[in-house]
Amino acid sequence: MEPQTDVSNHKQEVVHRHSGAVRVTHWVNVVCLLVLLMSGLQIFNAHPALYLGSKSTFADPVMAMQPMRHGEEIFGITKIFGWHIDTTGVFGLAITPDGGYEVRGFPWSVTLPGHRDLSMGRRWHFFFAWLFVINGFIYLIYSLASGHISRDLAPSGPELRHIGASIWEHLRLRFPQGEEAKRYNVLQKLAYLIVAFLLLPLMLATGLAMSPGMDAGYPFLLDIFGGRQSARTIHFIAASGIVLFVVVHLVMVLISGVWNNLRSMITGRYVVKVPEAQS
Amino acid sequence: MSPKTLDRRGFLARGAAIAGATLLGGCDGDLSAQPWVRRILDKAEILTRVAQRALVPASALAREYSEADISADFKANGTTNPDDEDYNALAANGFTDWKLKIDGLVGKPMELSLAELRAMPARTQITRHDCVEGWSSIGKWTGVPLKALLEQAELKPSARYIVFYCADDLGETGGDDGKYYESVGLEDAFHPQTILAYDMNGAALPIPHGAPLRLRVERQLGYKMAKYVMRIEAVDEIAPIRGGMGGFWEDRGYEWYAGI
Repeated sequence: MEPQTDVSNHKQEVVHRHSGAVRVTHWVNVVCLLVLLMSGLQIFNAHPALYLGSKSTFADPVMAMQPMRHGEEIFGITKIFGWHIDTTGVFGLAITPDGGYEVRGFPWSVTLPGHRDLSMGRRWHFFFAWLFVINGFIYLIYSLASGHISRDLAPSGPELRHIGASIWEHLRLRFPQGEEAKRYNVLQKLAYLIVAFLLLPLMLATGLAMSPGMDAGYPFLLDIFGGRQSARTIHFIAASGIVLFVVVHLVMVLISGVWNNLRSMITGRYVVKVPEAQS
Repeated sequence: MSPKTLDRRGFLARGAAIAGATLLGGCDGDLSAQPWVRRILDKAEILTRVAQRALVPASALAREYSEADISADFKANGTTNPDDEDYNALAANGFTDWKLKIDGLVGKPMELSLAELRAMPARTQITRHDCVEGWSSIGKWTGVPLKALLEQAELKPSARYIVFYCADDLGETGGDDGKYYESVGLEDAFHPQTILAYDMNGAALPIPHGAPLRLRVERQLGYKMAKYVMRIEAVDEIAPIRGGMGGFWEDRGYEWYAGI
């Protein structure tokens, strides 16, 4: 049955979907992650290559974006595990605002500032890193104290057992309706748990492992990630994971009722269509 | 659809457009160029320094590595050859005429030759050098602990910073304004791993890495570790020196505390 097609038998119920703490920390996080990503790419551009272990093996990076000359022509090449991919115009040799080319990792359009300025990129990065950490701690304390994790985020046994069905429903772009829509579904729960309690803390830990000051006080930071250059590589991969999450998250918000979703994250109010008989 | 919802939609769309434009403006350097933005962002440096000073014990040592970890391709950044007339003359003589000057807020200003420095008790450490750009190299450094020099020169209690003046004109101004310099606080100056290194990987420090003498401050980034050190001055304030921020790169926007 398609509940949303038969409007006459349903009424709209407004539920209080997100608490104030979740809404505020969500939007602060949005700003933090955007600035951290763009300033992080500015910092990455200062040496657009990644390595494994404690030190940089300059001749043998696991990933690098660099210009390469072929006779008269120059290309932007992205090297990954020995593969060479022509990324001219985007990575390695990027298009400038006035349509020219310049040697740099990521293009101006995704870095903060747009022009090459490592010191300014670092200022943006560390200021918003602090804001991100403070915001994250507020969210963590709230989540633990209010029961947000156990009530809203922890998937139940039955939910986990029926994860296959949930994936199939999502692939067909059919989203939970009525009572079901009042809660996060199992895929949402898992995605939010992984991002909030794995990827974001991993960003912080790998970020701290890159600090020579913190490494002196807490050498285990180096050991758990396999050295400073490995930590830098993991920082990059985890950031890519967050970007992937945000893309999927935005697509889901757009196709499952963009205004309803946006309103619920701004005012807390979320409209659910429930059958008359049940309400 | 009621007009009210349309209004709300219009409001949200306009809000998103303004937020987007503001951020894109930032990407273009507009926000970054605003002094008030820089002033606010700078607050994070203070927070970072205070937090790291509180979280990392003053005596905590940077990790020391094994001989097998030493980089064969240790990168030389910044100036790789000062190419200055006076410096070239010193280098031509194997730095036998070079002297390290120690002055400022000290009871006994000194001038020490390379041979005199080598005769002092030395420390050898294999440490990781983390460049602000993101790369790391591992090298073996031998040199005199800065603490020993400061004690010998009888550092006065009023001294709060140790400033290092270098031979290289990285700013290419032709005068002293463009010459490299750096400064550290007393906590780092007296740290056991803070040394003035004259040997690298068991041989005399090569010119690209700062011959005849470079600073090692192992708990901070590479730009703190001044190369081609000619003079050490103990001061109570760094503001009156050159750009006033305590170092060549600090005067050009980088953090004085480079622990991250």
